[in-house]
Amino acid sequence: MPSLPDVMTPDAEALAKAAGNGARAPLAAGTLAHDLFTGLTRLGDNALILGHRVSEWCGHAPVLEEDIALANVALDLIGQTQLWLGLAGEVEGRGRSADNLAFLRDAWHFSNILLVERPNRDFGHTLMRQFLFDAWHQPMLKALEDSNDARIAEIAAKAGKEVAYHLERSADLVIRLGDGTEESHARMQDALERLWPWTGEAFVADDIDLRLAEAGLMPAPESLRPVWDATLTEVLSEATLTTPDSTFAHTGGKQGRHTEDMGHILSSMQWLQRAYPGATW
Amino acid sequence: MYAQMVKTDGKGIKPREEMTPEEQRFQDRIDAGEKIEPKEWMPEAYRQNLIRQIGQHAHSEIVGQLPEGNWITRAPTLERKAILLAKVQDEAGHGLYLYCAAETLGVSRDELTEALLSGKMKYSSIFNYPTLNWADIGAVGWLVDGAAIMNQVPLQRTSFGPYSRAMIRICKEESFHQRQGYDIMMKMARGTPEQREMAQDALDRYWYPSLMMFGPSDKDSVHSAQSMAWKIKINTNDELRQKFVDQTVPQAKYLGLTIPDPELKWNEEKGGHDFSEPDWSEFYAVLKGNGPCNRDRLEARQNAWEDGRWFRDGLVAHAKKADARRAAARVAAE
Ligand SMILES: [Fe+2]
Ligand SMILES: [Fe+2]
Repeated sequence: MPSLPDVMTPDAEALAKAAGNGARAPLAAGTLAHDLFTGLTRLGDNALILGHRVSEWCGHAPVLEEDIALANVALDLIGQTQLWLGLAGEVEGRGRSADNLAFLRDAWHFSNILLVERPNRDFGHTLMRQFLFDAWHQPMLKALEDSNDARIAEIAAKAGKEVAYHLERSADLVIRLGDGTEESHARMQDALERLWPWTGEAFVADDIDLRLAEAGLMPAPESLRPVWDATLTEVLSEATLTTPDSTFAHTGGKQGRHTEDMGHILSSMQWLQRAYPGATW
Repeated sequence: MYAQMVKTDGKGIKPREEMTPEEQRFQDRIDAGEKIEPKEWMPEAYRQNLIRQIGQHAHSEIVGQLPEGNWITRAPTLERKAILLAKVQDEAGHGLYLYCAAETLGVSRDELTEALLSGKMKYSSIFNYPTLNWADIGAVGWLVDGAAIMNQVPLQRTSFGPYSRAMIRICKEESFHQRQGYDIMMKMARGTPEQREMAQDALDRYWYPSLMMFGPSDKDSVHSAQSMAWKIKINTNDELRQKFVDQTVPQAKYLGLTIPDPELKWNEEKGGHDFSEPDWSEFYAVLKGNGPCNRDRLEARQNAWEDGRWFRDGLVAHAKKADARRAAARVAAE
């Protein structure tokens, strides 16, 4: 192997700086501002990436009513993204807007849970993913209504109304399809099993979560588990579906380590902003 | 309306002396501007014609989701993404109202869907053109929704009550779409050189297909004459096309874009623009299935329908089980 040239010249340093132009110095890790910024992007990125996935169905759903309902869910999620990422930018205080955060960060700066980036596969898979997420999202927002930060509480109250409806709808469809035909049952059971390992991440705390909980800004992740468990027990049993007994959970999304799908999502989502920097749309 | 080339049955307008007394009364009501409601008597040809026209319009709304849906995941800002999602959702809603209006005439949504998927019924050919750059989303709103409005505003006065009411609701949303489309065009036309290039390219590709949306000249068509007598068609295709061109030319000028027609000029005498006819051989080719996206569009709808069968069957099966359980519970309670 040829020896590597020494690139750490002052010139290379200047080049590296220029290449990073626009990406402002991040907030110092461990500060409350950084924790809050991260907590808010976790909320915003969940909404953005799931909204993106749901919107991929547009025009391709099994019935017209579902096209309309899915567009509704996606619209709610994109609206929530604007609020959470808008607040994240405000907290960061470096002039980044919700759009900057959505379109100009790379995958390792996204902090959504891995569940929401899983591909749509069939409609049953999409619905099951939605239900598993909604069953977490709803109590999460409920808890956020008690945040010490009034801005968070306000967004959570608004989003909570929308998400209560998302959960009602996804739970209802999971029940009807689980307890429908042999085929619909099999498809929903398969979706549940495939998605199961991706559900645990939402309840695993890292230091940021712990400090946010300590500060009364956001709930501790594991505190949401009993409500989620109860919802699943009720809905899945009515749906005649069997809850997988594995407790294994893929993690990493919240810390910016994503699946291979994430790069593909971003390469379509961010393409125009990346290809024509500085343009307004 | 997104209904081109809907042919009326029969040989043009029936002379009054050949009408039955019932038909005469029916025509008198239409002439007096009354609305015909679903439960009332109507000539079979009127019913069949309306089913085809409303059905084709509904199908167009549904297929129309596809070219715009093509850009939802790539919309350049969160707000543009939300606006586009809401627009495509509106189009699905329009499809829904129109299928409901058609159902009042005794045809089910499933029957109409099967007719679309088997190619027996058409949808507007405009949706067989691709959306290739982001400005196309602007151009579709501005020109395609614009042309649709031109067609649909007069249809708010159509003789069939449910259709007229659906048109009133739909027109409000369509004019919103047109404004949003024009807003995208403004941003693009006044943006970077690349954005202006996209905007001009979109106009170049969508101009003639938009003119085709009104259909070929029908001033001598006996079919159109009967539809006009029944007030399920209000203006001739040429009248509407002229109006559309006259409305659009100053809008394009304001954007600083060039309409791709060297013959286009103001004609003082007629008080309207002279313009080149679209290439009607292209129109007939697209209608026959040879547009750039015909196969892809129809296949996308066929796949959505086929892949969704298990979902629809599952819901039906569940409803049956739930009914049976309720019935059993009633029996047990007695
Ligand atoms: Fe529409
Ligand atoms: Fe529209």
